[in-house]
Amino acid sequence: MSKVQVLVGTKKGAFILTADGKRQKWNVSGPHFAGWEIYHVKGSPVEPNRIYASQTSGWFGQIIQRSDDGGKTWNTPGSSPEELKSPDGMPKGESNKFVYAGEVGTHKWYDGTQHPWEFKRIWHLEPSLTDPNTVYAGAEDAAIFKTVDGGKTWKELSGLRSAKGHLWQPGAGGMAVHTIILDPKNANRIFVAISAAGAFRSESGGKTWKPINRGLKSKWELPDSDAEVGHCVHRIALHPSRPDVLFMQKHWDVMRTDNAGESWSEVSGNLPSDFGFPIDVHAHEPETIYVVPIKSDSEHFPPDGKLRVYRSRTGGNEWEALTKGLPQKDCYVNVLRDAMSVDSLEPCGIYFGTTGGQVYASADSGDTWNPIVRDLPAVLSVEVQTLP
Amino acid sequence: MIRVILPFHLRNLARIDGEVQLEVEGPATLRSVLDALEARYPVLRGTIRDHVTLKRRPFVRFFACKEDLSCEPPETALPEAVVNSEEPFLIVGAMAGG
Repeated sequence: MSKVQVLVGTKKGAFILTADGKRQKWNVSGPHFAGWEIYHVKGSPVEPNRIYASQTSGWFGQIIQRSDDGGKTWNTPGSSPEELKSPDGMPKGESNKFVYAGEVGTHKWYDGTQHPWEFKRIWHLEPSLTDPNTVYAGAEDAAIFKTVDGGKTWKELSGLRSAKGHLWQPGAGGMAVHTIILDPKNANRIFVAISAAGAFRSESGGKTWKPINRGLKSKWELPDSDAEVGHCVHRIALHPSRPDVLFMQKHWDVMRTDNAGESWSEVSGNLPSDFGFPIDVHAHEPETIYVVPIKSDSEHFPPDGKLRVYRSRTGGNEWEALTKGLPQKDCYVNVLRDAMSVDSLEPCGIYFGTTGGQVYASADSGDTWNPIVRDLPAVLSVEVQTLP
Repeated sequence: MIRVILPFHLRNLARIDGEVQLEVEGPATLRSVLDALEARYPVLRGTIRDHVTLKRRPFVRFFACKEDLSCEPPETALPEAVVNSEEPFLIVGAMAGG
């Protein structure tokens, strides 16, 4: 029987939740890396026992961890005794070395001046669809890094910051590459999203990039609501069978594109609020999508104290509230952008984590929900592995 | 021999139980002790000092003999009591406040 493994990153460590294909009884493992912020944990789609984690701290900086046994044990990549000596005999230790390529350059600062890029942390790790040793990492300040040796060393794909990076200006949540999507049908195509900068696409495996923000409107956030960059994209998602169709949860507005980002149109429809963070696509129904409406940019909690996932079976515009099993009064948690995921079982499972430490699961495409855990630290990210 | 005490999270990261004892070649300075520490435990590179600039991370502090050496130049010699192992060199995570 298949099983699922939910990889949860929190403000105080990582947790691994496992269940069989029925998804009723759960085993909880953790905290891993207790006390550290775990921004993201994600497994390789080609080698599921290979899992990468971004471990970070305001005191001690960035650490990359890797498991080769499905999350039972972890190591910083390249830390075995034989790997720690370079050919000249000097100790190495570079799995946490994220250095911007070439001249560091500058971006727009809060006061309108230009400010040098400063590495803070890795928000998102996206393992290659074909090679377990290749991973892309989304950084704050916004940049994308790549490893081809299983996380031992990282190099920046600096072309991204050439896509009008001097105009990017951090918002209150910083300026990070928080979403990386690898096109399953075109190995050279990569999508990224950056808070307070927008969505970008590469057709060259990450060498060069262009902004793909036409159609986004940011009336309250930008002086020019149609600007080429500067839009606060919170999340983008696609179905693997149809990589030209992307869905976006923007700061305000839920959007879709049918041409890989050349133009976007709004599909917020009857949502009670079109502000929110995560968005995801059903594993078997490319037109079924999920969002979690949040009251506003000033009040980051669900409208009316009711935690509701909204599902559209029509690719947007027509939405239904999914409430069964979710708190419908006095609920004031948030669901962050990387904290929703789907499994590929039948029926499709949907998972999300909250800033209140709950991880909810639905084993029936969102019709009903149950908490797997209720009292974890604030959840930063949720990823699901569907295992044989 | 220099005795170094690391904060909880860095001991866990480097899989160190207790304090570290380091032999430092030449004068024992802030820089030479950190160089020796990172050479012994490469996983600590980047966690105490920036990888490239080698500047102390903002929320890491260096204490010895009841003195705060955090803002002293890297060439600063460690106190004699640290050099002769009577006192440890402390690497501390700054208090979070609150």
